[in-house]
Amino acid sequence: MRSDLFLIICLIVAGVVFAAAVLLGNDYYFFAGYVVLQYVVLSTAWNILGGYCGYVNFGSAAFFALGAYAAVAVHRFNPLPIPVLVLIGGVVSGIVGFGMGYLTLRLRGAFFAIATLALAVVLQTLVVNWEYVGGSRGAYIVRPEAIAPLGSYIRYLFLIMLLLAVGAITAARLIERSRLGYGFATIRDDELAAEASGVPTLRLKLIATTISGALMGMAGAPLPYYIGFLQPSSAFGLDYAVNSIAMPLIGGTTSWVGPLIGAVLLGSLQQIATVTISSAVNLLIVGFLLVGFVIIAPNGIIGLVHRYIRHQPDKLVGRRHVNIDAPGSTR
Amino acid sequence: MTAMLEVDGLGKRFGGFVALEGISLSVRAGERIGLIGPNGSGKSTLVNCICGTLRNEAGTVRFDGQLLDGATAHQRTRRGLARTFQLPRPFVSLSLADNLRIPLLYTVAARAGGHRSVSEIVQRCGDLLREVGLERKAARLPRELTQVEMRKLELARAMAAEPKLLIADESMAGLTHSEVEEILMLLNRLNEQGVTIILIEHIMRAVMSFSQRLVVLVSGRKIADGDPNVVMRDPEVERAYLGQ
Repeated sequence: MRSDLFLIICLIVAGVVFAAAVLLGNDYYFFAGYVVLQYVVLSTAWNILGGYCGYVNFGSAAFFALGAYAAVAVHRFNPLPIPVLVLIGGVVSGIVGFGMGYLTLRLRGAFFAIATLALAVVLQTLVVNWEYVGGSRGAYIVRPEAIAPLGSYIRYLFLIMLLLAVGAITAARLIERSRLGYGFATIRDDELAAEASGVPTLRLKLIATTISGALMGMAGAPLPYYIGFLQPSSAFGLDYAVNSIAMPLIGGTTSWVGPLIGAVLLGSLQQIATVTISSAVNLLIVGFLLVGFVIIAPNGIIGLVHRYIRHQPDKLVGRRHVNIDAPGSTR
Repeated sequence: MTAMLEVDGLGKRFGGFVALEGISLSVRAGERIGLIGPNGSGKSTLVNCICGTLRNEAGTVRFDGQLLDGATAHQRTRRGLARTFQLPRPFVSLSLADNLRIPLLYTVAARAGGHRSVSEIVQRCGDLLREVGLERKAARLPRELTQVEMRKLELARAMAAEPKLLIADESMAGLTHSEVEEILMLLNRLNEQGVTIILIEHIMRAVMSFSQRLVVLVSGRKIADGDPNVVMRDPEVERAYLGQ
């Protein structure tokens, strides 16, 4: 399928989702849906580096929070429309992603993952000590009650996140099928052999960290308007880092479909658990599911599906067979 | 004829261990060179230094008239220096055809006039697989291959980069008589098309029939370089191989 056609289909699906949420007539669905969509963007972004290139990033929360704090900083200076803030958040996190890549990409496997975790801690410390955006006390953002012609403001935020999700998925799919995607796959498989085949591995890894970071920052930019009160501990929350890894792993990491399935499933489950049981149970669910999937379906839901239709594995999703042990595993 | 590859005074250490010392080697365009030596004599290290996988501390490598100092491995591949790995390193999540697609996308396409359409790339991948006898497994994954097929894939991937100089690092280890012949024919055919070839091999029969010139490494030093039959009678070479 061509990419422009794919984008159109995505937009139609997004339109249906939005219309359905409006028809349900309860703003709660927008609040819950926003979170799920935010995870679709985050896990798709994580997967570009983690799934395609095999570099496990534990610092997703940092890129996400950076987007959010970029929005806060700009808002305090001079309020701008959210789509502009999304772009600014993307640029800021993209630059940090590039920098992180440059500093850490000589590391592989667990060492790279630890370095990304360290980056998150460093950035959180910086934000805690940055008074302009509220420091450790946090920052209030007063969001307008309503916006024309959508009605309540949460619908506007939901719509933005919906479009971001469409953009992220389209970009991921485009990468997957391009020369870049082939290059990423060789990095995941064997960097020495990739270099010997002419793949500029360092440059490609920097492209991956930049795109991945930028998308995470974009997902974070509307957050202050969504929660109204942003503090470092919530923006840099463990949930974001864990979920953006768990969702692609549960869905399957070698195709754009995996993070989408994982985020929608796990994200919805968490939202349901939040209202029916408690919000604290969320990470427990993730933990159990992750352990279960590692044992039963190490290649995620896509891997499971492939196993059942082995005789025609290419038909359903993507071009590639899915068979990796886990992203970042060393052979 | 001009020198295709010129290695001058190349040295490489791993900590206190001297892996290569003062290696000088000149390879003319179109030549077939055999590189032999006991295990651990530095053959693969030399290949790695020439191809940019490792950095040499001393000496220079000149390829096709240009100094390769500081050039990364992928830049060297793009200039026309291809290699196979001693232990095959296929891209495990890509099909055989896609394995060959990588050098076409990243090396051949990066050269002037190297751009090809998608259908041309698919065609070329198919041709290359046919040349090494793997065309029926084009859609398979490398893990479904036997060791021999894996070596053929490794060779095909190096060939896909359309090199001027191909370094085959033990492409024949573990192969049967007829399979060795097959690979030799393949290499000879490539050589006839103008590709310079350095063959690193333990199978002496193959090396002797293939090489126009034989280079012998022992303990990181070059001890002989010349006509294969003369080199094999060299007492120093005999001592290194057979002991005294």
